[in-house]
Amino acid sequence: MSLSDGDMAAIWLTLRLATTVTLLLLIVGTPIAWWLARTRSWLKGPIGAIVALPLVLPPTVLGFYLLIAMGPNGPVGQLTQTLGLGTLAFTFWGLVVASMIYSMPFVIQPIQNAMEALGDRPMEVAATLGASPWDQFFTVVLPLAKPGFITAAILGFAHTVGEFGIVLMIGGNIPGETKVVSVQIYDHVEALEYAQAHALSGSMLVFCFVVLLALYSLQRKGRPLFMTFGKRS
Amino acid sequence: MNIAKGLLGLMLMGFCCRLTAQPIHIAVASNFTHTMQTLVLEFEKSSEQKVILSFGSSGKLYAQITQGAPFQLFFSADQLKPMLLEEQGLAVVASRFTYAIGRLALWSAIPDFIDDGLSILQQGRFKKLALANPRFAPYGMAAYEVLARHQLVRATQKKWVQGENISQTLQFVDSQNAQLGFVALSQLLGKHSARGGSKWLIPEHMHQPIKQDALLLNSGSASKGAKDFMAFVRSPKAQQIIKTAGYSIATNTLVHKPS
Repeated sequence: MSLSDGDMAAIWLTLRLATTVTLLLLIVGTPIAWWLARTRSWLKGPIGAIVALPLVLPPTVLGFYLLIAMGPNGPVGQLTQTLGLGTLAFTFWGLVVASMIYSMPFVIQPIQNAMEALGDRPMEVAATLGASPWDQFFTVVLPLAKPGFITAAILGFAHTVGEFGIVLMIGGNIPGETKVVSVQIYDHVEALEYAQAHALSGSMLVFCFVVLLALYSLQRKGRPLFMTFGKRS
Repeated sequence: MNIAKGLLGLMLMGFCCRLTAQPIHIAVASNFTHTMQTLVLEFEKSSEQKVILSFGSSGKLYAQITQGAPFQLFFSADQLKPMLLEEQGLAVVASRFTYAIGRLALWSAIPDFIDDGLSILQQGRFKKLALANPRFAPYGMAAYEVLARHQLVRATQKKWVQGENISQTLQFVDSQNAQLGFVALSQLLGKHSARGGSKWLIPEHMHQPIKQDALLLNSGSASKGAKDFMAFVRSPKAQQIIKTAGYSIATNTLVHKPS
């Protein structure tokens, strides 16, 4: 089994994409998850539903809408053109935006669950000890919800690595820019080069299993994936 | 109880129908989707036979056929895959023929964008040029040949965006994410026809003919319906439909020389 230069380029691109998307989603997703976990607003339902939508929509549908939205006549395309960024389709950052939408529920939901499981109690205790809301968030909520964050990061990363339909629709198959591993494998299969497809698929399978195994083993040593604090209080 | 009886009845009915008329199951390359649907409508006017169509890229359908997919006929977008199936003994000997020759067009969704054939490519007045992946998509290979013929590969390569198939390539251009792209003429004429914008129909001598072959697979060797359909596709009526859809017809459709 040998990997070509094209395969290696696709692997590096995929890792770069998955890392970028995971980090950005953790930053963007945390406030949303926090709001969803705490709010009593009627908007919780609709916003929660929007966050979960990518779970339901077939990636090709999502990709098709994104392609149209990112086009020069679409709303996103007009915005990015006004900002002088050109259009997003066929660029790395276009893939980042699309992947963030696609992997959003996998990052937000575990964080939200972990935060909801905390309940009000730890916050109240911290408040009586004089902690400001920011202190409470950073010194109480974040550490206690850590397992949720780790799960979110694993799932977000893994889901982005495995992404295919959307990238196919808006990527344009540009080496080093939008040609990720899943597309490269698809190309090998379409070109009837099954041996190369096997090699790359096999490497991806092993890599992903090892990453997931490492992270889940780490989790096991620490605390369970989802904690409930009800009994402790 | 009554519901159970009803269900049983329905199941038996389904069973009976299966016995009376086995539908013909045809695997069709996705570029031929609309044309095939028109052909089937015409075929069913004069036949009791039901037809089931499965669409997909030729590569995927080929992989499925080698793994025992239940197709009786295969309409590929190229010649390579039918030939390979023939070599592997998965198809009926001497059944392969060219049912259509694809026509390539350079198309833009923007009116008057393409004014004078090649000149737009030579001047490079565009940001992205869409083409199907030349590595395996027949229309992509033809597009590559046209570019190579005019020494334009190097000049345009940085602007290429590649569709996995010709439908996706059309989407890139249709959504104007690419200002320009090599698509199939059949896509511009098809059912949702008369797409606006501007186009240049590429002269056939500029690339190898995009021959699309069909053949009878082993699982269809005993099916009269499948053979009837193959004969129908070669009839003048069917050939007229295929021509109207934007393809050329091979003058001698039988490509396989019986040994």
